[in-house]
Parts: sequence; C-alpha cells; structure tokens
Amino acid sequence: MSRYDWLLFLHVASAFALVASLVLYTVLIAALWNRDVPSEAVRLFRVQRVGDVLVAVGSIGVLVFGIWLAIDVDGYEVWDGWVIAALVLWLVMGALGSRTGKLYNAARDRALALSRDGFDGSSPELRALLQDRRALWLHVAGIVTVVLLLIDMIFKPGA
Amino acid sequence: MLAAIRPDSWNYALFLHVLGAAVLVGALVTAGSMQILGWARDRGGGAAMFARLSFRTLLIVAIPAWFAMRIGAEWIRSKEFPSGDEPSWIGIGYVTAEPGGLLLLISVVLAGIGARRLAKGRGADWLTRSATLLVLVVLAAYLVALWAMTAKPD
Repeated sequence: MSRYDWLLFLHVASAFALVASLVLYTVLIAALWNRDVPSEAVRLFRVQRVGDVLVAVGSIGVLVFGIWLAIDVDGYEVWDGWVIAALVLWLVMGALGSRTGKLYNAARDRALALSRDGFDGSSPELRALLQDRRALWLHVAGIVTVVLLLIDMIFKPGA
Repeated sequence: MLAAIRPDSWNYALFLHVLGAAVLVGALVTAGSMQILGWARDRGGGAAMFARLSFRTLLIVAIPAWFAMRIGAEWIRSKEFPSGDEPSWIGIGYVTAEPGGLLLLISVVLAGIGARRLAKGRGADWLTRSATLLVLVVLAAYLVALWAMTAKPD
C-alpha cells in the first residue's frame, strides 16, 4: 500500500468514526427523550463514553489526514475552495458539537446528582433537560453539517 | 487516483454508498456497545432496556443503512465497471456485504427475541450474547471492506 492509500483509508475511517458518533448520540437522545427517572438516565448515559471516544478520534483524524492528503496529493492544495469549505464546515461542526455536548452533559450531571441523592422517582426537571429543544436542534444542525462535509468531500465543487 | 478522475455523474451513487456504509457502521457500533453494556447490567431493567434499544437500532437504523450502502454500491459498480470486468477489491466488497447482511439479519432476529424474553423477566443470555457476537463480526467485516474500498488492493 502506498502512503496515499494509507492516508485515504485513515481519513475515511476517521469520517466513519465521526458519523458513528452522530448515530450513537442520535439513538441516545431518542432513548432519553421520554425518561425522567434519574437511575435510568444515568444507565443510558454510560453509552455516551463510546460516542465521546469516536467523536474525538473522528474529528481529529478527518482534519489531520485530510490536510495531509491535500498537501501530499498532486492536483489538490489546502487553499482549494472545496478544501477551505471543508475546514469551515469542520469548525462549524466543532462549535455545534461543543454547545450540544454542554447541554446534554448538564442533563447527565443533574441525573447523576439526583441519583446520588437517592432520588429515583419521576423528575420533571430532568425530563425538561432531556427534552431541551435547543440541544436537539443543535444536534440536528451538527448532523446537517457533517452531511454537507460528506457532500463536499465527494463532489469536490470547483476541483 | 480515482478521486481526481471520477466523473461527476458517479458522485450521487458514491454519496449514497458512503453515507449508507457510514451510518451502518455507526448503527453496529451503537447496537454492539448497548449489548455489551447490557451484559454488565442485572437481569432487571438495565439488561432489558439495553437489549431493546440495541434491537431497535439494528432494525430501524442498520437494516435501512445496509440497503442504502448496497444499492449505492451496485449503482456505482454499474457505472465504473459496466462490462463486468472487475478488480479484486470489488470482490472483497461482495464477500463482506452480502454475508454481512445475512449475519445482520440473524442478529436482528436474535436481539429481538432476546429483548422480548428479557422484558418478560426470562433468561436470554445466549440470545443476546450471540447477537452481540454477530454484530461484532459484521462490524469487523465492514472495516475490512472499508480498507478494501479505500486502499483498492489488486
């Protein structure tokens, strides 16, 4: 395998890890939507750790191997329009992911605190945090951004 | 470098194929993680909840994603190799995609029966563990396919 083959494999594998994290978070958000019992929410949030690893590896991997590919491959440059568009989308994705994460982490921390206090009944406060529309729309915006990144990578407008 | 010479008309097929494959891998990772977490839980709510979620993820996300991946694959194959004279990496795709789809279907059935038994408070260890094993085997096979699709070995 040439260096190009390895870089492309690692770049695409990182993109798959990123999409996998979004699938996992989406399933988690859907599963938590109608929950209001702290112990159930805490149990479900355990799967978030897998998503956190995937999103970290995926987002760093796509950036590092993507830039490396743009430098390494004849015919592509880092300042090509579609590469710059990808970098901008990557930054937007990171900003959206960070804000979404803060909102859902606050819900997780509240569920943990309630659970530690021995409360295991129905909590309207926890339900409100888990059904936060702003967090949901930020997550949806993150998904749209990743789909736009994928479209940019495949169609390479202007290349 | 295929990326540099690929005609624009192939991009829709490639987009469907890649998006389907990425979502499929995501669904397998999610379902597998939930099944493994379910093993560590007690026989009560935890195991049943994770088994049910894993089953639904496989049924609602993984199965449609498999079809998107497979339809996209056939669409782009018909454009790239219309004569049927295909390189070996396409063969790796077939070898992983179709048996993988069958194993995925079996894992959905096992996970569904396991989740149902757990919800009724009955033991389902072998069912849920078999489903987990199958999900992990399918995931490994699709990672090999991902390598073959990008590295394109002769």
